[in-house]
Amino acid sequence: MAVVMDADRMARTLARIAHEIVERNKGLDDVALVGVRTRGVHLARRLAEALKDITGTDVPTGALDITLYRDDLMRHAVGPQPLVRRTEIPFSIDAKRILLVDDVLYTGRTTRAALDALIDFGRPRSIQLIVLVDRGHRELPIKADYVGKNLPTSSDESVQVRLVESDGRDEVGLEQPQEETL
Amino acid sequence: MNAAPSTQMDVPMAATSLRHKDLLGIADLTPAEIMLVLETAEAMKEVGLRPIKKVPALRGKTVVNLFFEPSTRTRTSFEIAEKRLSADTLSIAVANSSVVKGESLVDTALNLEAMNPDMIVLRHASSGACHLLSRVCRSSIINAGDGMHEHPTQALLDAFTIRERKKTLAGLKVAIIGDLLHSRVLRSNIHLLTKMGAQVWVCGPPTLIPTDIRRFGVHATSRVDEAVRDADVVMLLRIQLERMEGAFFPSLREYFAVFGMTEARLKQAKPDVLIMHPGPMNRGVEIASEVADGPYSVILDQVHNGVAVRMAVLYLLAGGVEHEETV
Repeated sequence: MAVVMDADRMARTLARIAHEIVERNKGLDDVALVGVRTRGVHLARRLAEALKDITGTDVPTGALDITLYRDDLMRHAVGPQPLVRRTEIPFSIDAKRILLVDDVLYTGRTTRAALDALIDFGRPRSIQLIVLVDRGHRELPIKADYVGKNLPTSSDESVQVRLVESDGRDEVGLEQPQEETL
Repeated sequence: MNAAPSTQMDVPMAATSLRHKDLLGIADLTPAEIMLVLETAEAMKEVGLRPIKKVPALRGKTVVNLFFEPSTRTRTSFEIAEKRLSADTLSIAVANSSVVKGESLVDTALNLEAMNPDMIVLRHASSGACHLLSRVCRSSIINAGDGMHEHPTQALLDAFTIRERKKTLAGLKVAIIGDLLHSRVLRSNIHLLTKMGAQVWVCGPPTLIPTDIRRFGVHATSRVDEAVRDADVVMLLRIQLERMEGAFFPSLREYFAVFGMTEARLKQAKPDVLIMHPGPMNRGVEIASEVADGPYSVILDQVHNGVAVRMAVLYLLAGGVEHEETV
């Protein structure tokens, strides 16, 4: 597996995105972060800390589980259902500028599901998309507003984002299909 | 979806799927599968607190609620759960079922099946009715109470409610008091609680204690004080007069005098005891009003949590059986 982003690089990337957020939004009073489970939530929390360091503002942060909105639910013949985890958005998203955070942007289907889920919680003023890695191969007309790294891939490769909170270390790896053995 | 498959790190010891077509009873579930239902229900509970209490997960699925026995709570709870998951639902209440024979049940089910539903939620006065349908139907069968056999979603929502307050089921002393003989809630709860490591005490008049009850790994007694002493949970069961064909005890007044749960009796339990009742309650028979409405009572929490637990069951069963041989 080739490491395409190490811990150091990831820290600097997130710091850069935090600065871009401050620059583009001109004040964070009505801004809130919502991470897509699992790793998007960890990234959203890190961005919230970075934004606090830069501006002194506490940006409300929530966690969104998109499982119940997936477009492939019930379309496979039979098989186990994906696990549902808790959505925790402990604030009103009405009239807020929502920063939606995910680890990898690929087909765009997760983002589509996340947009539908968010809209069920209220009517935000706007939604902006933040991703750590954009690996291309979009199947829906979706584009990220903040990108940590553009990573050209072929569709049989797999992008592995590992974060300290869930995986013990910070790293983005690119795996070839034949290299699956650990 | 995402390139990186998400891990199940926040879900320790839960199974990752319910490999069943039907939910017929708790007896068929492993502890890991029970945990999966309970943890999925936690996520489902949040959906019920949203301004828009509906998710598209079961869009296009048809669920038939087929009730051969009267029910308000369970049927309403299933209906709300189905609607919150965006399933198309219809409820058939067969009011009078005194002459329900196997054939007519199967015929009803096969006629319903011809209209291609995905799931059938069945309540029936005969034990084993759900197993019978499970063999003849392609649809998933969910047992909403069959005779004196099982009522699995009730036991699951009881477990969910206990876990919400006590964090765990293992090691708790749970006293279940009332009409043990006719209770499907008891059977499902015994299976579930013993599988999850709780210590179960059952109590009732000797005439209402099934003779082989100890085979299920529970303590049985007719002395209420013994059952209630240091209990973490006291669950009362309704005296089911409609299922009694003889005199099991002299009178309801006498039953209350000996077995009814009163403030005074409850003092022997742990200070943070939970009072539960699957409903419908007979105030002044198995439970005193002051206890039913008292500070320890989580009876309405049980009803509230029933929707989330049933959403979890419907969602998990909708995936169907995983066939190992599929590539």
